[in-house]
Amino acid sequence: MATPKKLKIVVVGGGLAGLSATMKIAEAGYDVDLISVVPVKRSHSVCAQGGINGAVNTKGEGDSPWKHFDDTVYGGDFLADQPPVKRMCEMAPQIIYLFDRMGVPFSRTPEGLIDFRRFGGTLHHRTAYAGASTGQQLLYALDEQVRKYEVTGKVTKYEGWEMLSLVLDDHQVCRGVVAMNLQTLELKAFYADAVIIATGGPGLIFGKSTNSQTCTGSAASACYQQGAKYANGEFIQVHPTSIPGEDKLRLMSESARGEGGRIWVPRKKGDKRDPRDIPESERWYFLEEKYPAYGNLVPRDIATREIFQVCLEGYGVNGENQVYLDLTHIPAETLNRKLGAILEIYEMFVGDDPRQVPMRIFPGVHYSMGGLWVDYEQRTNIPGLLAAGECDFSIHGANRLGANSLVSCVYGGFIAAASAIEYAKNVERKDTETNGIHEAEIKRQQEINDRIIKSEGPENQYKIHEELGKWMTENVTVIRYNDKLKETDGKILELMDRFKRISINDSNLWATQALPHARQLWNMLELARVITLGALNRNESRGAHYKPEFPERNDEEWLKTTIAEWSAEGPVFSYVPVDTSLIPPRKRDYSKPKEK
Amino acid sequence: MNMKNGHKKKVLENPPEKIEIRIQRRDRPDSPAYWQSFEINYRRNLNVISALMEIRKNPVTKDGEKVNPPVWDMSCLEQVCGICTMVINGRVRQACSALVDDLIIASQSNIITLQPMSKFPNIRDLKVDRSRMFEHLKRVRAWIELDGTHDLGPGPKISNKEAQERYIYSRCMTCGCCLEACPQYHDGNYIGPQAIAQVRLFNMHPTGMNTKEERLKALMGEDGITNCGNAQNCVKVCPMNIPLTKAIYETNREITIDMLLGWLRK
Repeated sequence: MATPKKLKIVVVGGGLAGLSATMKIAEAGYDVDLISVVPVKRSHSVCAQGGINGAVNTKGEGDSPWKHFDDTVYGGDFLADQPPVKRMCEMAPQIIYLFDRMGVPFSRTPEGLIDFRRFGGTLHHRTAYAGASTGQQLLYALDEQVRKYEVTGKVTKYEGWEMLSLVLDDHQVCRGVVAMNLQTLELKAFYADAVIIATGGPGLIFGKSTNSQTCTGSAASACYQQGAKYANGEFIQVHPTSIPGEDKLRLMSESARGEGGRIWVPRKKGDKRDPRDIPESERWYFLEEKYPAYGNLVPRDIATREIFQVCLEGYGVNGENQVYLDLTHIPAETLNRKLGAILEIYEMFVGDDPRQVPMRIFPGVHYSMGGLWVDYEQRTNIPGLLAAGECDFSIHGANRLGANSLVSCVYGGFIAAASAIEYAKNVERKDTETNGIHEAEIKRQQEINDRIIKSEGPENQYKIHEELGKWMTENVTVIRYNDKLKETDGKILELMDRFKRISINDSNLWATQALPHARQLWNMLELARVITLGALNRNESRGAHYKPEFPERNDEEWLKTTIAEWSAEGPVFSYVPVDTSLIPPRKRDYSKPKEK
Repeated sequence: MNMKNGHKKKVLENPPEKIEIRIQRRDRPDSPAYWQSFEINYRRNLNVISALMEIRKNPVTKDGEKVNPPVWDMSCLEQVCGICTMVINGRVRQACSALVDDLIIASQSNIITLQPMSKFPNIRDLKVDRSRMFEHLKRVRAWIELDGTHDLGPGPKISNKEAQERYIYSRCMTCGCCLEACPQYHDGNYIGPQAIAQVRLFNMHPTGMNTKEERLKALMGEDGITNCGNAQNCVKVCPMNIPLTKAIYETNREITIDMLLGWLRK
């Protein structure tokens, strides 16, 4: 292969999207610097449980990539630009086969083929799975392939490094990143012809969520603050079934319902009986009742709102914010084989055996449909900067279907890899390697660090984070009111002001976590405004965004993508049309099977 | 650590008002370790992580001394990323799944001690450097050799039984509990059960089998599989219930057969 110059590509983030991109770039023969806050094998992708979608039609149900495409666009309430969704659904079976070849221990059919189960928002068995820890298994397969390239020297990992900012030249072209070593606090500039951001979601903005502690959205926020457009930020998925905890909300996978799990509450408010003593006739299977066609497998936005509503009306178990997710009618052997990993999580953290007793669950913040704006080749508006995975806004529209995240991460990573190579080959470096922009960016970041380290104010950054999480969860999740959204933005501004008076309270800077946390916190506050104000502006209800004051989807005014751009005065919003060229928008109705 | 089906967990009766967290600290890799105690109010559903988070917010010792916040690693908090592994009340495990109630019931004490893993370089406080475990994975070539990542259709047909057996090994999250508990594992003298179980995982796969000799060879050196002293501690502490001793036994047998065949072929 004749390469006129040795390309330099940086991938930030070592989850499914980042590793997918890294593997493809290394395979094409180019070098990658891979930056990750944690050893890549510990990335948040490990938490994905239920599976990965691809219309392989193993069950002979007439499934097809087009149907997968239609389910995804319909489930997303028509907010997604359609061409990349179609391309992803067409690629999905190949992606699953590739993981199969890499050795992922997918559950099998009696014939030895990959088995598929049902998931939300579809009537087909379309979800391949490895027990109930599919994300972990897919991530490990990529981690293994990338390790092979690490051995051959194609990939250099910087694990325990956090990206702080982009290096932009005078023409706003991305020429690399500045990252911080989390032990020594050393700042280093990485020169790059192209940078792929694959840093996941921003769940920690909501304090407690199903996300890992690394999911701060900090890197994406840094890009936004340097001029990258952030799209559809107001679309935050709240997963219907999580286990409330002191430190986080632990996910209880949709696969529990895919395998037959049923959601119910006692028909009598405050019924104190043991759930097993409540006869069928006195149980309210409210999802099955309201949505006969999809039942417990309605899309997440709908299931979440229904559970929320039932609890608001006082039907929650023991009058509290919880409903039953019941698996006890399914044989224990089947449960162990198909859902073992998640049942163990429930047992471990709650103490009850879900094979014997219905689980008590409640919705929890889970996923951001919004993210960095990208075109159909995963390029952001900043030349040389690409994005893939949860941190980009594409594919899922106003609501993501279960088991579509894993496939979209891998798809995004693959497209971004090809796109980055193409761009890197053609971009002219000019004098950007030597004209001092990298040193200048290091200096700018060092000054920010120094300011935070020296700050001796009375404010506590962890308390600020807690307050942010409480306000965001209370006002910017399932049900949104304009007055509350306005008030929340005011609160965020107050927190941003207080941030300036924090003290990091750690005189030992070696491996300190206080400085990185402070940097992340500021970036979370910036993104929190994008989410909150985006929600305030959008006066309609669509997918995960629901306002009782505007309960209907309003295509005439709001079938458009929200774009937020950073300014010193706060986010500046504009709107661009959604590409609905392939499937004309129609009203969602999950009470009956979808019209063709 | 998993409970048997149908077992209902013990409930802590008469919980204490306060719990004491004793942390073995270290400021830098080359500085001495020391202990500090912190007191926090008891709440239901506390785990070690939420206790540490509370201390971090306001790091004042039991004696009222304002100190630097303790440093530890955490990420998924669901016992699937492995990062928050530490030694809790003398036993190596993940801090996220160490519930305060369970610890109090087991120890009959409201004091919880936290120490960093001892078999890995201690960076600061409870944070350690486990990169050598990833080096092990390089050495045993823990991956499947592919012709390429382009579309070549599905992989080989595999029975569900075989897939399930591999799945169990494939759940290893590289947490290092097995190495911490292994009496044979010290600085670089023994590769340890983690890497051996991964050899088993890849040597079981129809494609992985093609390169199994390379992996076996990687275990035959001076620090290889023969260092296992059969203490069986590894399998007792593995949070994923991976049959590590079985992996060691079967891999050892594979090596013997391989050597025998190699000798016959001569």
